[in-house]
Amino acid sequence: MTGPVLQALLSHWRTHRLQVVTLLVGIALATGLWSAVQAINAEARASYARASQQLGLGQFEELRARSGFIALSRYVDLRRAGWQVAAVLDGRLYVGNRAVRVLGVDMLAYPALPALTETAPDQAPQDPAQMLTAPGRLVVAPALARLLQDRDDLPPRIPSDAIPADVILTDIGVAEVLLDRQGQISRLIVLPQQPIGRPPLDKIAPELVRHSPDRQVDTARLADSFHLNLSAFGLLAFAVGLFIVHGTVGLAFAQRRGMIRTLRAMGVPMRRLVWITLAELTAFALAGGLIGLVLGYLIAGALLPDVAVTLRGLYGAPVEGHLTLRPLWALTGIGMALAGTLGASGHALWRLSRMPLLSGPGLRAWGGNARARSMAAAAGVILILGGIASFAGTKGLIAGFGLLAAILTGAALLLPLVLSWVLSALSRRARHPVTQWVWADMQAQLPGLSLALMALLLALAANIGVGTMVSSFRLTFTGWLDQRLTSELYVTPTSQDQGAQMMEWLGPRADAVLPIRSTELPHRTGPLFLYGIVDDATYRNKWPLIASGPDVWDRVHAGRAVLINEQLARRADLWPGDSLTLSGDHDLPIAGVYSDYGNPTGQAIVSMQRLDQIAPGTPTRRIGVRIDPAQAANLSRDLQDRFELPPGAVVHLSTMKAQSLAIFDQTFVVTSALNVLTLGVAGFAILTSLLTLWTQRLPQVAPLWGLGLTRSHIAGLEVLRSVLLATLTAALALPLGLVLAWLLLNVINVRAFGWSIPMTVFPADWLRLLVLTVLAAGAAAAIPAWRLRRLPPADLLRVFASER
Amino acid sequence: MNVKALVIFLVLPLTALAQGYAGLGGDATGFERPRPGYQFQFPRDHGAHPQFRIEWWYLTANLTGADGRDYGVQWTLFRSALKPSDQAGWQSPQIWMGHAALTTPDRHFFAERLSRGGTGQAGVTAQPFEAWIDEWHMRGADTDALTLAASAENFAYRLNLTATGPLVFHGDRGYSVKSADGQASYYYSQPAYSVQGVLSLPQGDVAVTGQGWLDREWSSQPLAADQSGWDWFSLSLEDGDKLMAFRLRGARGDFTSATWIEPDGQSTALNDGAVSFTPLQTASVATRDIPVRWRVEIPDRALDIEVQALMPDAWMGTRFEYWEGPVTVTGSHAGRGYLEMTGY
Repeated sequence: MTGPVLQALLSHWRTHRLQVVTLLVGIALATGLWSAVQAINAEARASYARASQQLGLGQFEELRARSGFIALSRYVDLRRAGWQVAAVLDGRLYVGNRAVRVLGVDMLAYPALPALTETAPDQAPQDPAQMLTAPGRLVVAPALARLLQDRDDLPPRIPSDAIPADVILTDIGVAEVLLDRQGQISRLIVLPQQPIGRPPLDKIAPELVRHSPDRQVDTARLADSFHLNLSAFGLLAFAVGLFIVHGTVGLAFAQRRGMIRTLRAMGVPMRRLVWITLAELTAFALAGGLIGLVLGYLIAGALLPDVAVTLRGLYGAPVEGHLTLRPLWALTGIGMALAGTLGASGHALWRLSRMPLLSGPGLRAWGGNARARSMAAAAGVILILGGIASFAGTKGLIAGFGLLAAILTGAALLLPLVLSWVLSALSRRARHPVTQWVWADMQAQLPGLSLALMALLLALAANIGVGTMVSSFRLTFTGWLDQRLTSELYVTPTSQDQGAQMMEWLGPRADAVLPIRSTELPHRTGPLFLYGIVDDATYRNKWPLIASGPDVWDRVHAGRAVLINEQLARRADLWPGDSLTLSGDHDLPIAGVYSDYGNPTGQAIVSMQRLDQIAPGTPTRRIGVRIDPAQAANLSRDLQDRFELPPGAVVHLSTMKAQSLAIFDQTFVVTSALNVLTLGVAGFAILTSLLTLWTQRLPQVAPLWGLGLTRSHIAGLEVLRSVLLATLTAALALPLGLVLAWLLLNVINVRAFGWSIPMTVFPADWLRLLVLTVLAAGAAAAIPAWRLRRLPPADLLRVFASER
Repeated sequence: MNVKALVIFLVLPLTALAQGYAGLGGDATGFERPRPGYQFQFPRDHGAHPQFRIEWWYLTANLTGADGRDYGVQWTLFRSALKPSDQAGWQSPQIWMGHAALTTPDRHFFAERLSRGGTGQAGVTAQPFEAWIDEWHMRGADTDALTLAASAENFAYRLNLTATGPLVFHGDRGYSVKSADGQASYYYSQPAYSVQGVLSLPQGDVAVTGQGWLDREWSSQPLAADQSGWDWFSLSLEDGDKLMAFRLRGARGDFTSATWIEPDGQSTALNDGAVSFTPLQTASVATRDIPVRWRVEIPDRALDIEVQALMPDAWMGTRFEYWEGPVTVTGSHAGRGYLEMTGY
């Protein structure tokens, strides 16, 4: 008996091919966007894990010095006392304008050699004598090896696929020469096997601090907020896609009510019908899920290179730009498709199973009613209040995202009720009978369209919110760059000695020479970079302070106070008036807090003299040169000739700004791509809703035609109705989007990155979005309207003749 | 290329493993070579010779515990130069490797340390004498009275050594030939230490006494290219005589050499072919067949003995793997000693 029943049920899809397409597209879009984000996240996480594992980062206990580096003699003291430790010198080298991490390890003791050993199979085994003795060898990823091709000043390179991008792995003896940090050790790794009878650390090197692996701030954790952002977007796209599924399945079930009633009258048990329908939905979910996976893989592949650049630029997190297919990812994707489809169809299925045997094929039966609308609205209000309450309780990043989700979902649930109020109010004011009919008809159509409109509301709000955030951020960032990047030229010396010679040489030739010296210090909030500055008007006039006490600069230059960046201020809750403890015994009052975008770590600024007291021997990493912009190009050329600098060692202000902005824009490429995709899905949802509703429109428009309205007139009203509903939704989306933007800027950003950004509104963008929405709604209504215009009058007449 | 291969190469001055065990048959370009007739000068020659490619300070001891059980102790410091020079800090091409082992009748413990010269983490000074790597050390005012210490995750020892006889020079007054092609090393020993101290084992400390033997050897190319390993014996016989004997196994045949040491330290070199070595029984150790019972014969000295490993599984699973452990002697003479076997 199952066979004929199945045939009967499936016949519906044969006559409603568009519904099949809609359903599959809905499932595929939801699964595709979700899976794309998951693939990107999985790839990035795999990259971090690979890098950590290969380079042995964050797996072992470490010893660090409060002063920034450990002297070689301290290492020997520890070794000779029985402590099994491995020395690591970690630094940055500029290759052109690209910062590359140099990881210098003691190759004889380093516990994580796999990265080293897996050189390409066609390479001859490495001669350890060459690795360990001058000039040494640099093990780098093949891409970096190509980039370094012409650098004859560097030791020979060994390409290895096992090395993360932007990392140079080499022996510590090679690294100390490369970084010009002879005899310095950044940290000591405590090896897993230690001899019995080892004396305690404070007996040998009391100035060293033990860092357990879980206390080390690693890139994976820093980039977590970024991945959470992406995941939120993936989830939003998934939800919007499911609106399509929900709408289509609901309609298909409603249209099959008559058939189901007939089947049951013929003796088919309800249970069997439900099972067959479930199987049918599962088949749809699998097919749609598979298409979605392919789609997701393609989208992820297209977006991943940008994500990789972003993560590298923002966090120095090594992410490879290519995608691997993971079985778990595919399984999860199919699982999400199944769960999503069944979840979105659950309501329809439940109603089907509860349908009285002889219930008529009511037209509005599937669409919900006033009571359902009020209940949804009540749920929405509860959700919003719950989100606010839970955020007030915890205030974390996850709770922030929870609040966002609650407000968005709650607002979506409120939408039908609000729209219904607005339409009631409008219809009360209408005098003309046709106008009255239009309002009343819109009211009547609302249940069928409300899901599509909810999707539109979410997509529009997300668009406005994220757009406002990105634009505000960009505006602030550009202004900040102007304040922060003030020198006309930035020079990277190749060694300490050369740096000193350069300063001397530049003295009489430039308006001001500003050495940039920095060292890494441990702090309870994670690593902290301490910078030293000279007294110059450039800083006094332009540095972007967001909070400051009295006589900021006088106190800093006198060595009596410190400036900290916003990230550190927020993380450690330190503000002007508090004091910052550096290297154990240096306790300095905080004079001010400055904004510092695009930098995940804490930072502090002191006077040069102070820096020398806190961390003697801190190297000059860069030199800022103030000069008449017209002279900059000449000076740059002279400097390059005089010191035989490699290309990229001298960077112009304009280049620096352009590069910074390029990195910034790259950061949001993914965000805007997902934004556009979400809006596209919402537009599609409206189209499908209107197309499916169309089949039920005849009984309602036929009387109008019978009363004398032309088909063109009715078709025009159809388009108008769609546009009006979309416009109303857009109007409601605007405040929601602004709330979203405010939350993103003042809650999510602060928690994820440690900085807040003043919100700026961009009405021109809203207008553009509104036009886009109206066009989309008009286009979505155009097909049914066009069909109506071309409808043979006989079809309309038939409405009066036959009972439906 | 796997991890192990790289680590092996790390300490190998040259890449090709074909050149004898642990690269000891490798090219010696740029390094000094041993010459016959060399005049040793002490204490200077107790120290390091960085212009030679390889060098070791090798101490073994046969001990008896207060519990009546036999124990063996090994303490070795190897120096391997990647270039015939030295520099300060990490730039030093001198690589140091320490091996420590403790053998009981039923267990064999071992540990390994690596270091670069130049940093002070490992090295040897002649006066006062100290050979060290990390916290492991062998030191004293001179080599006649030494303290010896090593520790690892699961064992440690601390011993005092007192010399009871003079230094003994092998081969031709310390010039020890290793092949028919003339490969050679400088080689002398202190074969007569009386030892006392404490061993730390997982089940607790054991006080011990016994005899120790220090070997000192340095060269730049001690093996011929075809020689793949050796069997080396240092035996203390109950009548007071001592014997150092080795066999170098080569594709072109074995090369043997020995030194007979009288109780007063008088020594006689026994040339190639004077000693014969016959493996009597092998044991499966670390997936290899290792001879753990030997017949050693020196007809001229009326010596016909069986040498048996105290603990057959005395495998040193270090970067260069080899067998090294205490042995007992029976037959025409009784006694005990140490056996080292490489290249299996």
